Amino acid sequence: MRRALRLRAAAPYLLLLPGLLWLVIFYVYPAFQMFLTSLWTGNLDTGYQQTWNWGIYGEAISEYWPWLARSIVYGGLATILAFALGFPLAYAIAFRGGQYKNVLLFLVIAPFFTSFLLRTISWKIILADSGLVLGPLKEIGILPEEFRLLATPAAVIAGITYNFLPFMTLPLYVALEKIDKRLIEAAEDLYAGPWRPQGTVVGVAIGGALGLVVGLVMDYGPFALSIPFAIAGALVGTWLIGQAFIRVTLPLALPGIFAGSLLTFIPAVGDFINAELLGNPQSLMIGNVIQARYLKVTDYPTASALSFVLMLAILIGLFIYARLIGTEELTGASI
Amino acid sequence: MATSSAALAARRTPADRVARAVDRWLLPVYVVGVTAYLILPVAVMILFSFNDPTGRSNLVWRGFSLDAWFNPVGRPGLGEAVRNSLVVAFLATLVATVLGTSIALALTRYQFRGRAATNVLIFLPMATPEIVLGASLLTMFVATADLPLPGGVLFPLNIRTVMIAHIMFCISFVVVTVKARLAHFPRNLEEAAMDLGANEWTTFWKVTFPLILPGIVAGALLAFSLSIDDYVVTAFTSGQTETFPLYIYGSQLRGIPVQVNVIGTIIFGTAVLLVLLTTFWQRRVAAREYGAGE
Repeated sequence: MRRALRLRAAAPYLLLLPGLLWLVIFYVYPAFQMFLTSLWTGNLDTGYQQTWNWGIYGEAISEYWPWLARSIVYGGLATILAFALGFPLAYAIAFRGGQYKNVLLFLVIAPFFTSFLLRTISWKIILADSGLVLGPLKEIGILPEEFRLLATPAAVIAGITYNFLPFMTLPLYVALEKIDKRLIEAAEDLYAGPWRPQGTVVGVAIGGALGLVVGLVMDYGPFALSIPFAIAGALVGTWLIGQAFIRVTLPLALPGIFAGSLLTFIPAVGDFINAELLGNPQSLMIGNVIQARYLKVTDYPTASALSFVLMLAILIGLFIYARLIGTEELTGASI
Repeated sequence: MATSSAALAARRTPADRVARAVDRWLLPVYVVGVTAYLILPVAVMILFSFNDPTGRSNLVWRGFSLDAWFNPVGRPGLGEAVRNSLVVAFLATLVATVLGTSIALALTRYQFRGRAATNVLIFLPMATPEIVLGASLLTMFVATADLPLPGGVLFPLNIRTVMIAHIMFCISFVVVTVKARLAHFPRNLEEAAMDLGANEWTTFWKVTFPLILPGIVAGALLAFSLSIDDYVVTAFTSGQTETFPLYIYGSQLRGIPVQVNVIGTIIFGTAVLLVLLTTFWQRRVAAREYGAGE
């Protein structure tokens, strides 16, 4: 009997042990080794020594900060664009999906069943200079003959947005689906009406600012996108968004917004496939540098330093996030 | 009073009729548009698997042909790469599913110290960019290469290191999937089995396991799809071993053969079929469980 009791107390640890051991040996320890490796000196031919060369962090960051900054800007923009695209989609599925709910959810995750590389290569075909999208537009004369999308920052950001859109949409859907629809009805019964004129102003401000940033990053100049984005923002703020949405739906969707933006931003910042396949040498990201430093140049110390900085930046960001929304929420939200 | 009548009047303005129309028409049109955007690259991939395979690359449409479909691995190295991918995916899924399910069971059915730390350890690999996962494993494999071991290098880069890496990043996803299933578990069924004289072992295999099996299968499917599609971590841990994603990446510089699209389409079709079958099966199990719970 006592033996059985002791077994009982040990049971959770016996179940945990093999899996957690695997994660400690092949996740935690390698992260620590990466830190040690960043403080090596030498090269692959003559061998490496542990020299604790802390200066490498300063050197690596000062040499590669444009790539780091670009990764954060591209990843951030892709996250915002994925939110702008994914929120109405998740909303429509959760609130108006009806009998098509499961079919629509299935279509949202269907891209996952196709190789990530093949999907990105498909975009190469679709965005080609006289391909599916640009070909007809050039034929009618809407776009000038020399206009291109492929090999521009726009294509990289669009590719990242596309690849992680399902990661954004699914948590948003889960959060919106949970909302008790009677709360929104109650808000409307209590005279929650349209959100104008504040909605119009907020729409213009957000649309204009986003258009400005996207336009600058994508090299289209400050106004090419900010004017249409501001108009779109005004229309959305005037007619589509009501007070019930601002006061009830949006606050209740916050856990989904947090989870979705994390699940999009983290892989987006580290991505290098989109930049490599859809971009140009001026639109490379920190992932491209890390990959090249490790696998092509075998400059392990610099590559490890950059990789460690990337990991640390994300962990610090996560820590702040966890402080804001609570650890349980954070680890639980990824379900 | 003034505000309420204003609000009521506002509901009937032409502007609000616009809002109603937008609500009825714009949202469906938008949904169709965005899902089309999501599916378009998949459709292009499938379409180009029927391209005439005579050219050097598969970026331009040359005409309908079934040649690649009759000879899906007819390129040097492609068959080997696909076989490696399948072997890695099967074994990594098997191990990750066993390890992940055990952790999920421990987390949902026992109270123990260190639960919060366990949750964080499960969460972190999912919150680390793939390139960091791959890079840190590579630094460990490189650092252990100089250890004076009798058997030579501890982790020579080959299919085994790829499997180690894939198991590592699959475990967390299995835990999360199985845990979601266990959260709604009808514990009274287990108590009933124990009351009827079954011991813990029998109860687990006769009652618990059949009920959580759909969750385990869902976790395994997720692990399999993550493993078979992984490029980034594999690129860092594979050495000379080639997998299907590595083959695609390598050939995209020289020009991708049509056969790659054929295999991509087969993987897509299989995945869709498996997910549909599992969903159908899960519904049946859920219905039965509900009936039993009455």
